[in-house]
Amino acid sequence: MTATRTAYKWVGTRPVRHDGLDKVTGRARFGADFATAGMLHGAVLRSPHAHARILSIDFSDALALPGVKAIITGADLPELDDDHVEGGEGNATYRDLSRNVLARRKVLYEGHAVAAVAATTLRIAREAARLIQVEYRVLPPVLSLKEAMAEDAPLLHDDLFTSGLDMPLEKASNIAARHVTSRGDPDSSWEEADLVVEREYFTKAVHQGYIEPHAVVAQIGEDGKGTVWGSSQGHFVIRTLTANVLGWDPGDMKFIPAEIGGGFGGKTTIYLEPLAALLSRRAGRAVKMVMTRHEVFRATGPTSAAWMKVKMGARRDGKLVAAQAWMAYEAGAFPGSPVALGIMGIFAPYDIPNVYMEGYDVVVNKPKVAAYRAPGAPMVGFAAESLIDELAEGLGIGPMEIRLRNAVSEGVRAVYGPKYRKIGLVETLEAARDHPHYSAPLGPWQGRGVACGWWMNYGGETTATVSINLDGGAVVMSGCPDIGGSRASLAQMAAEELGIDVHRIEPVVADTHSIGYNDLTGGSRVTFAVGIAVVDAARQLIDDMCTRAARMWDIAREQVEWVDGRAQSVTGAFPPMTLEELAAGSARTGGPLSATRTVNPRGVGVAFSTQICDVEVDPDTGRVTILRYTVTQDAGRAIHPDYVEGQMQGGAVQGIGWALNEEYLFDGDGVMENPGFLDYRMPVASDLPMIDTVIVEVPNPDHPYGVRGVGEVGIVPPLAAVANAVYAATGKRIRELPMSPVKVLEALSSH
Amino acid sequence: MSRTHVTCVVNGDPVDFLCHDYQTLLSALRDELGMTGTKEGCGTGDCGACSVILDGQLVCSCLVFAPEAEGRSIETIEGMADGRHLHPLQESFLEGAAFQCGVCTPGFLIAAKALLDRNPSPTETEVRYGVAGNLCRCTGYDKIVRSVLDAAARMREPHARKETG
Repeated sequence: MTATRTAYKWVGTRPVRHDGLDKVTGRARFGADFATAGMLHGAVLRSPHAHARILSIDFSDALALPGVKAIITGADLPELDDDHVEGGEGNATYRDLSRNVLARRKVLYEGHAVAAVAATTLRIAREAARLIQVEYRVLPPVLSLKEAMAEDAPLLHDDLFTSGLDMPLEKASNIAARHVTSRGDPDSSWEEADLVVEREYFTKAVHQGYIEPHAVVAQIGEDGKGTVWGSSQGHFVIRTLTANVLGWDPGDMKFIPAEIGGGFGGKTTIYLEPLAALLSRRAGRAVKMVMTRHEVFRATGPTSAAWMKVKMGARRDGKLVAAQAWMAYEAGAFPGSPVALGIMGIFAPYDIPNVYMEGYDVVVNKPKVAAYRAPGAPMVGFAAESLIDELAEGLGIGPMEIRLRNAVSEGVRAVYGPKYRKIGLVETLEAARDHPHYSAPLGPWQGRGVACGWWMNYGGETTATVSINLDGGAVVMSGCPDIGGSRASLAQMAAEELGIDVHRIEPVVADTHSIGYNDLTGGSRVTFAVGIAVVDAARQLIDDMCTRAARMWDIAREQVEWVDGRAQSVTGAFPPMTLEELAAGSARTGGPLSATRTVNPRGVGVAFSTQICDVEVDPDTGRVTILRYTVTQDAGRAIHPDYVEGQMQGGAVQGIGWALNEEYLFDGDGVMENPGFLDYRMPVASDLPMIDTVIVEVPNPDHPYGVRGVGEVGIVPPLAAVANAVYAATGKRIRELPMSPVKVLEALSSH
Repeated sequence: MSRTHVTCVVNGDPVDFLCHDYQTLLSALRDELGMTGTKEGCGTGDCGACSVILDGQLVCSCLVFAPEAEGRSIETIEGMADGRHLHPLQESFLEGAAFQCGVCTPGFLIAAKALLDRNPSPTETEVRYGVAGNLCRCTGYDKIVRSVLDAAARMREPHARKETG
């Protein structure tokens, strides 16, 4: 497929989204907005300890409380083997996924679920959970990468052995895996460099911070079949994970997607779903479970804290000759950090002949990490993009210039293996360089930083159906939850193909019993992959309609073409037949007009972004204020530019929060000290300026409209863009996030 | 446990409900009255998703006990449109793409309405502080702030309103 047309009627416009009216009037129904008659309410008993052995659980008092209908513990879940979880984004095995859902033998983080209760009211369920008596033997917690990797560290799992070592060890370890990727020979290349810089960097665990807490309602009947309502980033995947953890057949449960109140990767795995389903089956009634914000922080996945040592060498002209990186990522309580993606991403924007990357996946007594927007990439972006800034300064080259001299382009082999196809990194750099922001004057204590970012994006299994209504409108059905406007973009592509008004198309996110399988809404894939399926289905429908017109006119199919929503004969011998006419007459021409296409597309377009940040640093308080911010990003083609800009702005601001304020804080016992939005400080409107955007369009040749994913890459550059700006303002390099006022003051007072 | 009978006005209509003394106004709206447009994001007054206007004052309904609503007037997202006419803020949010997932949107609309009710011509900074009690994780606030400014301009110079359909 190639992008051939450049003038479009709907693609590239900004129609009001189809689900918009429901969302400005309060009618949209999110996960917690469902209720059914006779529904029970569930509550979870969570561990108060970061690391402890469970000696006994006694829930007899809880069960005796009037109104309590069912209680489950880890003993009620089947023991599962080490099969890798397919389709999720969490890098887990079923054995670990099951133990994360309900603890077995040990609790591994404060907030780890130990038991779940269903009762007639939420208050009774919570009271019952409090009455469950758990006897623990508290163990020393492991709370940092350095502690966890130490020779004599307490072990989270006595059966975890490091994979990927050259010489396997006989001893169990908190290091789950070692990953290595290399090309060329960095060790013998450093001498070719005129300047070599080596630095160490640290980032903290941060949470996705979606505003909607996890919520689910499950109703399982006496036959073991039932319905689950809830919000997630992919109800097909969530159903599979839930069923497999319970040892049930996935087909026995219909998962109905609610509107989802943000996910950013954090709603790609299961927490409450198997608990609600099992409680419902035990109690014989529907069970609703909703997390509190404290539970969201303490028990759902943040992303990894990271420790990185990076070395890069460049010639006098700025050309990079070698780079190496050592990195360790916290996985939380079970193996499965995104460190392998960190290895792929750390030097991905640059053409470097000699590279060596080594990464470690390390378990600690903290919640199991989950995917978070471009998983694994922002932290290495912080390290590499800070370091290249130092190289540029040391060589007397501008920060934009050194990046342009090394930027990857079509045909260059990525450090992680494949050759890049058509990509737009250089174009985003040039757009940033040429933006008025880049040359605007700055005042005292103000500084400007730039940084690039890479993200790979994803295709994935996809089904879409396009059906023509009898009135000539259309329904576009997919099975991927819409988090940021994908229904509008899918409708726009269908409207473009069919030649009808975008608002005559109703885009629908269908449940698991109404459409074929769909992977997660993740990997920036929906407008890309579902878009391909929708366009394919629309084209199949158009072919069907042209065939029917040809038959009616008694001419060859090739003599009919589809123009502006009408079938017309190329000779003009017949009056054109509109979509409305074809739809109204479909009973006489072969039946309803509908087409379904399934795809698992390759050729996903790699995405790049370049960002410019201006800050002002208050030397008295250490507060960093973002004065001005510009994001350039290659979207391939922006189907709905408003929502492309929205992804760029939202990603940048999450990155700004990561850079300046956000972090998980634990006390010495491993108890999270800031599990609420007051103390876990996400950016608010008064912290920020407008976020300027420049959409760069280097069409992806493997999508009919040139789309590449836009959802994730925006969060990769900000960490270093802010850090480089703070350096420019203060002359101090801060290599540990977040750059909170305390750290900035420390840096200002250091020599 | 006995429950308290509360009589109040919600979106201009007389309403009554039974509630436990420990219930929040948010819980009463959602669970007793079935008005789920007002959202719970934190339950501690830190995210603004549950914003309502109580006797003209912007509050987090998760921080108000339900019995405190007795005799008072409450505005929620469900009452923001005037019959078939959207409020200018709702129009601006729709046309300005001021939301992605939309779960924070009811709270932002209510907070923005409270701001414009007392300050019809806010500056960008005043808008940013006016909605600083509301968290949005999707948008980076840019399009929200622009949409509030746009709505304020529309309200100062009213033109034909749109049908909600």
